[in-house]
Amino acid sequence: MKLSSLPQAELRRRLREEGLGLSIGPFHVNLKSRLNIVAEGLEHLYGAFTLTSDNDFIDFRVALDSPPGLRSCFRPQVNFSFDGFVPFKPLPKVQGFAMFEWGLNWVIANNAHQYLIVHAAVIERNGVVCVLPGTPGSGKSTLCAALVCKGWRLLSDEMALISTTTGDIYPVPRPVSLKNQSIEIIQQFSSNAMMGEVVMDTAKGTVSHMRPPHLSVEQSEKPGTPGLIVFPKYTAGEAPCLTSLTRATALLKVAENSFNYSVLGLQGFKVLGDLMTKCDSYEFSYQSLDEAKETLESLI
Amino acid sequence: MLQFLSGSIEEQLIDDPLACELLLRQARSANLLSRVAVLCAEKNLTLQLPRRMQNHLQSAQAVAVANHRSVKWEAKQIELALSAEKVPFCLLKGGAYVVGESVAAKGRVFSDVDILVPKELLEKTERLLIENGWMCTNFDPYDQRYYRSWMHELPPLQHMGRGTTLDVHHAIIPPTARIKSDISKFWECAHKVGEYQHLSIPDDQDLILHSAVHLFCDGELENGLRDLSDLDLLLRDCSTDEAFWTDLLGRAVELNLEKPLFYALRYCHVLLKTPVPVPVLTRTLQHSPGKLMRRWMDFLFFRALAPDHVSSSDRWTGLARWMLFVRSHWLKMPPLQLAQHLVRKGYKRWMKYKASV
Repeated sequence: MKLSSLPQAELRRRLREEGLGLSIGPFHVNLKSRLNIVAEGLEHLYGAFTLTSDNDFIDFRVALDSPPGLRSCFRPQVNFSFDGFVPFKPLPKVQGFAMFEWGLNWVIANNAHQYLIVHAAVIERNGVVCVLPGTPGSGKSTLCAALVCKGWRLLSDEMALISTTTGDIYPVPRPVSLKNQSIEIIQQFSSNAMMGEVVMDTAKGTVSHMRPPHLSVEQSEKPGTPGLIVFPKYTAGEAPCLTSLTRATALLKVAENSFNYSVLGLQGFKVLGDLMTKCDSYEFSYQSLDEAKETLESLI
Repeated sequence: MLQFLSGSIEEQLIDDPLACELLLRQARSANLLSRVAVLCAEKNLTLQLPRRMQNHLQSAQAVAVANHRSVKWEAKQIELALSAEKVPFCLLKGGAYVVGESVAAKGRVFSDVDILVPKELLEKTERLLIENGWMCTNFDPYDQRYYRSWMHELPPLQHMGRGTTLDVHHAIIPPTARIKSDISKFWECAHKVGEYQHLSIPDDQDLILHSAVHLFCDGELENGLRDLSDLDLLLRDCSTDEAFWTDLLGRAVELNLEKPLFYALRYCHVLLKTPVPVPVLTRTLQHSPGKLMRRWMDFLFFRALAPDHVSSSDRWTGLARWMLFVRSHWLKMPPLQLAQHLVRKGYKRWMKYKASV
């Protein structure tokens, strides 16, 4: 059963009481919250996701709630908790839904070492899975959102979950996080882009999340074999430039972007070595999304 | 969780995903998931568990392996720093389990490394460590004085490059505490291990006794069940050897640690079904407090030693943990000093609160 087929009142009741169970990529997540902004975000962006059933094993139980105290009257806040453990300081209440996304990133990055986790967007077209690793500000999410709006399949906009046993990448096609000007750029780039609420003044600036394509969510159980690694860099005013990378350089650059390379140690190194034998790697600077799309599509 | 550690719910886990999930949640809160992973693998249970549980166990095992790799590296770095002036040091607790390849190393995870150095070399040790990248992170003058003149350890040091925390002890009990234990006797039984020149680890009995002191006198019970499980594994490992129990009791008398040993054996036996021989339990009972007091301690420890998770807490859990924290301070300092300490801490907290409003 999909989240979108749940009546609004029932969705809110579940969120308040036993928690709402969602199948998000390879994980079962149970979310509890009394906050309206969280319920609205879910309704708007998570409609295509499958609900878990009553007797399912839940991987991560998380909650978003207002911390107690008088403060809630004049400056309301929201706390993220992972099965009772509160890893972050509270944020302003309007950032409630965004905090769910950030909190879940943290939970996955710290508790799923059955994967080598790389900070990267992952997309696929014609069976070729393309990994776009990137530091914040490199424009990976923007590029990922643009391509996904033009028919590429979304595996993840935030993390590549590379299986330590098969080397395949497991999808977690959650909403794509866009910041500042990127929000407007994507809205202008494609009329398919469905954006969630725009939240201003977060630690990352203005933030909004884009709904993942229905088809990508439907295929969220289907892992893909990586074939291409592209390190994107947005550079205004310059012609697009694609530079091939040696396997050794690419390996080090991917390791730098990994959340748990140091946890996996030798195993992590082997997974990356295996990844490099399957992929061609490039550095790619671009200034327009259309050009970028053309270049990337020429590589597959 | 307690049932799992006592080895009594394996069958149930195989058929019941919800029982598995509850074990996962409690183990995660108690910092024991990696240990559960190793124990499941040893019992050939892992592959029979639900697929999702297997993933979590695989993940947790990777964490423990990384943790152990890192602690061995830290041990080497400390040795390198202290070898310049030939300062001998003894790894304690988790670090000692891992480097000494003890049974308690199984899936043991920890956040800091503890070492013991001779008191007269404390200043030299601190200087060498600071020269090699460790830094004190707490510059509060009161806290500095608290640690340096009253406690059995320096304020925690952190390595600037690796971010790891190091606690440098010169005794296993604060000098101000009620119980006195002669640290030179502890040093006598420490032995060298592996390729290290200056690093030693306590022998098995001292590992047990130190773990008992730490758990039942230190008051930091967030990892209480993890530490109890360490004791359980150490005791089980030696329990078949009859001479072991006599030696352990003898050693407790030598180090003046009969009381913590009483508590350790009692709660291992009651909560984790550790096979402690009955005559041993009876003998340690002479160091137990009175019957009423024992009931009261049971009330507190049964709660404080459960995983810090909603499913294993009741309305008294928070209070129990707090009372044991207060008790640990009571054991650490004479009453007048404790009063002084509480007033200082209370005043500082009040000032901090006022500044934040």
